[in-house]
Amino acid sequence: MTQPVTGKGLDRVDARLKVTGKASYSAEVAVANVAHAVIVSATTGKGRIKPIEIGAAAKVPGVLAVLTHQNAPKPPGADEPRKNAQDRLLQFLQDDEIRYDGQPIALVVADTLERARHAAGLVRPEYDVEKPVLSIEAELDRAYAPKDTPRGPSDKKVGDFDAAFAKAAVRVDGTYTMAPENHNPMEMHATIAVWQGDDKLTLYDTTQGGFIVRQKLAALFRLKPENVRVISRYLGGGFGCKGSPWSHVPLAVMAAKVTGRPVKLVLTRQQMFYFVGHRPRTLQRVALGAERDGTLSAIRHDLTGWTSRFDEFVEPSAAWTRPMYACGNVSTSHRLVRLDVATPTFMRAPGAASGSFAMETALDELSYALKMDPLELRLKNYAEKDPDTGRPFSSKELRACYRQAAERFGWARRKAEPRANREGTWLVGWGMASAAYPAHQRESSAAARVRADGTAVVQAGTHDIGTGAYTIMAQIAADALGLPFDKVRFELGDTTLPNAPLAAGSQTSASVGSAVKLACEAARSMIVSAAVADPRSPLFGARPEDVATDTGTLVSKKDVGKKDTYAAVVERRGREIVSTIENKDVKSREAYACHAFGAQFCEVKVDEATCEIRVTRAVGAFAGGKVLNVKTARSQLLGGMVWGIGLALLEQTVRDARDGRVVTRELQDYHLPVNSDVPALDVILVPEDDPHVSQVGAKGLGEIGITGMGAAIGNAIFHATGKRVRELPITLDRLL
Amino acid sequence: MEPFRYMRVSDETSALEAVAKNGATMLAGGTNVIDLMRLGITSPPMLVDVNHLPLAAIEEREDGLSIGAMARNTDVAYHPAVRRRYPVLSEALLSGASPQLRNLATVGGNLLQRTRCVYFRDAANPHCNKRKAGSGCAAMDGWTRMHAVLGTSERCIAAHPSDMAVALVALDATVHVRGSQGVRHLPIAGFHTTPGERPDIESVLLPGELITHVTLPATKFAARSRYVKARDRSAYAFALASAAAALDLEGTTIREARVALGGVTTKPWRSSEAERRLVGQKPGPELFQAAAEAAMQGATPRHDNAFKIELARRVIARALTLAAGMA
Repeated sequence: MTQPVTGKGLDRVDARLKVTGKASYSAEVAVANVAHAVIVSATTGKGRIKPIEIGAAAKVPGVLAVLTHQNAPKPPGADEPRKNAQDRLLQFLQDDEIRYDGQPIALVVADTLERARHAAGLVRPEYDVEKPVLSIEAELDRAYAPKDTPRGPSDKKVGDFDAAFAKAAVRVDGTYTMAPENHNPMEMHATIAVWQGDDKLTLYDTTQGGFIVRQKLAALFRLKPENVRVISRYLGGGFGCKGSPWSHVPLAVMAAKVTGRPVKLVLTRQQMFYFVGHRPRTLQRVALGAERDGTLSAIRHDLTGWTSRFDEFVEPSAAWTRPMYACGNVSTSHRLVRLDVATPTFMRAPGAASGSFAMETALDELSYALKMDPLELRLKNYAEKDPDTGRPFSSKELRACYRQAAERFGWARRKAEPRANREGTWLVGWGMASAAYPAHQRESSAAARVRADGTAVVQAGTHDIGTGAYTIMAQIAADALGLPFDKVRFELGDTTLPNAPLAAGSQTSASVGSAVKLACEAARSMIVSAAVADPRSPLFGARPEDVATDTGTLVSKKDVGKKDTYAAVVERRGREIVSTIENKDVKSREAYACHAFGAQFCEVKVDEATCEIRVTRAVGAFAGGKVLNVKTARSQLLGGMVWGIGLALLEQTVRDARDGRVVTRELQDYHLPVNSDVPALDVILVPEDDPHVSQVGAKGLGEIGITGMGAAIGNAIFHATGKRVRELPITLDRLL
Repeated sequence: MEPFRYMRVSDETSALEAVAKNGATMLAGGTNVIDLMRLGITSPPMLVDVNHLPLAAIEEREDGLSIGAMARNTDVAYHPAVRRRYPVLSEALLSGASPQLRNLATVGGNLLQRTRCVYFRDAANPHCNKRKAGSGCAAMDGWTRMHAVLGTSERCIAAHPSDMAVALVALDATVHVRGSQGVRHLPIAGFHTTPGERPDIESVLLPGELITHVTLPATKFAARSRYVKARDRSAYAFALASAAAALDLEGTTIREARVALGGVTTKPWRSSEAERRLVGQKPGPELFQAAAEAAMQGATPRHDNAFKIELARRVIARALTLAAGMA
């Protein structure tokens, strides 16, 4: 048998296209006669738009339309009631209300981008301004409990926290806050809308979920879903903000309708801070009670986050804690405060990046209160089964993660005392935290077609958001089909392909990968069946189970002289072998608690005078079930850890308290890590065999890399300086 | 972005003629002016491209160094004579922007770059005395974490963004300019102006004048000069506080000193208060602390930037420690 390619660190199949500029991203797709649209954003956070004077803009040569709330058409489905909490209220010029800073309030369409941009600058709306409310703390008495969160119920109680906490020998209790953040993928959101007649629409859209865009736009413009085609073949980063359509998508569609031309709409970098989602600002209270020996007796984790006035999004941070530690008394809750902000959304490791910061920092504080090594404390409370549901874990190699990362990092040499280690003017500190992210699997479809030339095309309407899905799916397909890797091509990013779930939540490998595997295995069986039923095949009459398949060849196990090939089978048959699978088997895993786990260890240096902070070393070990491609897996984890540095030290979206204006709306003010902020990062992929989590055995590694990083870095800063900062990002002024 | 005309010139005379035309702006590296045009902060009717003027030479002379206005920041930073004789300038340049920006940005453009005050850069904000005299200042009661604490006025608290200019102040540089009325030689310390009543005026450069070159004198303190910059990330960030320090030591006595500040001031700032504390004294932590205290005397913070006063003190002390070779 040929060695399987699944798991091998193959280069991305789209790498050459991307680095040579040949991969056409949504805004780069060549569409004949395309017009360009530019959104005019509100420049205040709350109020009403006065009648807008559009004369100057409309007079600019080449301008095709200037749309405002005064003249914009109303999409026929605009008044349909919302179906669920994720079905967002979008702002496409239907009223004069300004709900948040940067809201679209006009749209200019012109024959060139330059003319559209110039004319957009001539639309200068005036407002009746109102004072926005932006402070969670000021509105705490209006906080409400959402019905549920993206990770289960809002409130949950196991045992009796209050009684256990009151009796606990050692207690810590703190409030942890996180600044709001914006996703900022390298590629800005973009849509090209092309109408074919009145009832058919094609969208080239920067999305992680073509089918979700299709559903939303079909409903809004009252089209048959099958008449809306959404194409997104390459994505320059998704991270959650491209999960479902925002206001610019209907605006582009509307503009194309009004002008009778295909319309391209690309957001500016500034607009990326306004209406395409963000991680909400959050306050988290964590209280922990423990016995003297470190046994956790009480855990409380409460989240209060902001959402917009008109939509609901819950950052499920407290839910992160539920499956983490063996403790009989756990109380978790989520509350929301409605403020004059745009709607927040999922951002890499929603709930987990934030929740792990609070919980894993609190544990570090507890470790000092107990005078116990932080790693020992976690091992002492290691959960052998899910304390939340009582179910066994589908697999859990967290102990190996702790051990391997600690060993590689040299944790055993750590001296507990803070501020005891220095190099020149640098104070050096070490910190650690647990990492975890739920392993989701959703229903997905896939199709495999084996062709007469001996190659296969495998398809699913998923997306490669930069994770390596193109490559991984082809690897799974090649092994399942019994074909060499270079004979398999994987197609994605089009709603004419088999239905696949949102490429988010670290669920694509498990969901789509399993469907691909099953579709390809079925195709392989069909080839065998076709061969043994074909009188012209040397294998005619053999029992299918007596036929072995490998690298496109069929061989009789009883008589190795009897051979056939996939190409010949299909050729004689006169038509392709086509297998389409709808994988609905995502329930059997529900008997288990399915999570990826990991451990993060960081070293920081803090300048004793200027308090500048540098992460100088980090080791992360992760167990995510079967690794489908060691190279892309490692890249995902590295990317997550890099972002963790940004989350811990740099990223914050600041709003002006007076008018709600986002003031950090450029990358010079909204800091992301640059190369020199990122040390050599060490990723350990801990082997983990999981027969339950998904048919491909993978859990997903897209998000776990960022989890735990906020706490590991913060804990290292405490170790270096003796100063505990419970607020992210930890900027130098918080240490001065 | 407004439509504009573009003109390329290849000699100083045609450059001066071109910019004499109403409202024309010179285009050098373009790292700031193009940015501001895209934001709608400036909209010159014409850009006069001076990139082809023969003003990029860096020449070592007996009495110092001459740096052409069109010399790229990268070329200056890595020039052997700069690294050897004026280390503070190399350090300051390399602490600024990114390699890509430094490859384009010029010495002349760097001197004239505009503040990164977020309210200045928001075309939708009507209250900016720097953009329109008398229109007010939105920054004053806004988000002021990045703003200045020294040299501010009731009308403007915008921080000057340049690192290079802070080093030039510590090196007693002279800015040479040419206009229709002839040439002028302007000491760097007087080149930029504090906002006062007129934040819209940022330097003594007259409309239509062209910076031709900058000269650095040969001083005893230049070789013992260092730049320290504290910022939010390790590169590609504006200073929260920065200091250039230069010392002329005779035995264990400071004969002459220069202390210049950035990030906390409305213009590249020379602190004669700090320098006075240093001269004639024996270098050491307490003296440097006292000089740092003196430099920050009179600093007036706003809501979010009080931390900069203490940070600047520490940065100054660090720069002096390094300049004295005591680190």
